[in-house]
Amino acid sequence: MAVRKPPITTREYWAPGHAACAGCGPAILMKLATKAFSEAMEEKYGDPNAFAIAHATGCMEVVSAVFPYTAWKAPWIHVAFENAAAAASGVDAAWKKLGRKGKILVFGGDGGTADIGLQALSGMLERRHNAVYIMYDNEAYMNTGIQRSSSTPYGAWTTTSPPGKYSIGEDKPKKWVALIAAAHQIPYVATATIGNAFDVITKVKKAAKVDGPAFIQVLATCPTGWKSPLEKTVEIARLAAETGVWPLFEIENGDFHNIKIQPPGGGAKVKREGGRVVAIEFKKPIEEYLKLQGRFKHLFRKPEAIDQLREQIKAMWKVLGVEVTLPKPEE
Amino acid sequence: MPVRKVMKANEAAAWAAKLAKPKVIAAFPITPSTLVPEKISEFVANGELDAEFIKVESEHSAISACVGASAAGVRTFTATASQGLALMHEVLFIAAGMRLPIVIAVGNRALSAPINIWNDWQDSISERDTGWLQFYAENNQEALDLILAAFKVAEDERVLLPAMVGFDAFILTHTVEPVEIPDQEAVDEFLGEYEPKHAYLDPSRPITQGTLAFPAHYMEARYTVWEANENARKVIDEVFAEFEKKFGRKYSKIEEYRTDDADIILITMGSLAGTVKEYVDALREKGVKVGAAKITVYRPFPMDEIREIAGKAKVLAILEKDVTFSVGGALFQDVSRTLINEEEKPKVIDFILGLGGRDVTFENLDEVLSISKKALDGEKVDEVNWIGLRKEIL
Repeated sequence: MAVRKPPITTREYWAPGHAACAGCGPAILMKLATKAFSEAMEEKYGDPNAFAIAHATGCMEVVSAVFPYTAWKAPWIHVAFENAAAAASGVDAAWKKLGRKGKILVFGGDGGTADIGLQALSGMLERRHNAVYIMYDNEAYMNTGIQRSSSTPYGAWTTTSPPGKYSIGEDKPKKWVALIAAAHQIPYVATATIGNAFDVITKVKKAAKVDGPAFIQVLATCPTGWKSPLEKTVEIARLAAETGVWPLFEIENGDFHNIKIQPPGGGAKVKREGGRVVAIEFKKPIEEYLKLQGRFKHLFRKPEAIDQLREQIKAMWKVLGVEVTLPKPEE
Repeated sequence: MPVRKVMKANEAAAWAAKLAKPKVIAAFPITPSTLVPEKISEFVANGELDAEFIKVESEHSAISACVGASAAGVRTFTATASQGLALMHEVLFIAAGMRLPIVIAVGNRALSAPINIWNDWQDSISERDTGWLQFYAENNQEALDLILAAFKVAEDERVLLPAMVGFDAFILTHTVEPVEIPDQEAVDEFLGEYEPKHAYLDPSRPITQGTLAFPAHYMEARYTVWEANENARKVIDEVFAEFEKKFGRKYSKIEEYRTDDADIILITMGSLAGTVKEYVDALREKGVKVGAAKITVYRPFPMDEIREIAGKAKVLAILEKDVTFSVGGALFQDVSRTLINEEEKPKVIDFILGLGGRDVTFENLDEVLSISKKALDGEKVDEVNWIGLRKEIL
């Protein structure tokens, strides 16, 4: 009987028994990213285990390393909330001096990356440490009970951006750390969603194989914080790309003129000029993404707020050099 | 052969680092300690020190990178002062809790506000509860020697705690003195290479470091830091003894100076101890029965030694460049706590002085002595006295 080769290594670094919620998006990312990283290490250094993980304080840290247990089958360190990138810098320097071949994989949530950890991240990228920073973006401070971060999207409910008589929910556009990272002109920057596992694997491998630092911002559904159905974790993350809410792109060496925009799927029409994506006509309205999440429920009573979000998404795409059409749902 | 060179305490600290051969140094410039990373940069640039120097973007990242490097199993060093040490505060607890033997050179400097770059001890005193060992140098030679000793104590398996070595801003950091630089060979023998047995990030033997602990385990983890501090008392004695054997300079947790038959003993730390010793000499000429004691090791606090000294005098005058608001100074608290259950104890009077770089003069010390004498004569005096305070500008 023919046995198909698995699409990714069967080695596990994220062990079962961790304490993440059912339907946790970031937990999927932990598993995928470490597997992909391991494959890259095997290809780059001939040793699948040639990496260590530095983790910022956050839900994935809290659920994976509860003494005396650990979910990690790789060397792993957590120091504090804002300094995973700085700690990783130290590990990288030590490994260099020890002559140890390998690379550091850093995980931080959106709060630990976009807000309190932004300085340490910038330092790590600027100094060109041999580390890949993966920001698992669940768009709020989840392990402290769903407070807004600067990565929370416009209109979203959180416990510190509650909708009310005078509030629409979060009232600022989302901060895109991937673009800040790219401004450091590091070898590799990308965005991804856990809605496409193969894309995550490809990008993590690519990031891990460059010499020097790389940054990937990955949308990772949080059913608890997003008030979304557990079984739709992957579907929601995929819809984010298919509706245009979450652009998928790669930037190498900070070359913003050469951004690689990926087709989002979902039937979107992509227009290219000279190989470059210049326009995308999305087929699925953003409402399809929003309606599956309780955090956006209140927006449906205020369609003008959804239009505002649409405008913000268009503006983000414009920064990437792409004109997008975002349809409204059929009446 | 050891060489004698004229140098600032900052340079002495950099030399100590060079001799200790840390593999990773992470530092951010701050007055008055800037020269330490500058000098180390030169050593690295010239190939005299084979280390990775991470030029971090803040002190918070400096200590975080040191934690990462130390957790990866290498000897690690940094230098800072004042606001920089305060910015490290959060991570100092983590370094101690993770039992990482990092060494920091601290150019002891006042804290804002108002901003002030000159000497007092408030920066490292404020970190006394982090679990770090604390040493205070009287002069530039001590700055060098104590850093070497600090590495040895910190890395001892019975201790495994980080250590900071303080030396006074400008009074030492920027003042040149002759310093004997020990032979590299002797230092190598003294320190040996750091080989981690508990903290390493090695793919061939993966471990998880820096976990979350529930109430069922947190307290025990904290207790091991307590225990390690207790163990350090003995280890420090051993290390100082070995240091003396190897390098000929004698250190003890507390250095007593003309304390025999003293009625009043002035207890202090850092460079102020030098001034106080001179003062004691001058008074002894006049037949005043006064002595001095210098605290070289502040954490662990040398309680047995303090009790011994306390048995010799009727008044202990604590001279300190720090404040613990509403109580007095930290040293005053520590000494008082040490004596609280003694059957017979001297009076303990606190003197806060020299804050933010104000000179401590013999006139100031006369005032200290006069208050102490009153206490000796049974007069009631304030327990906390601010000496040299310019009341006319208040």
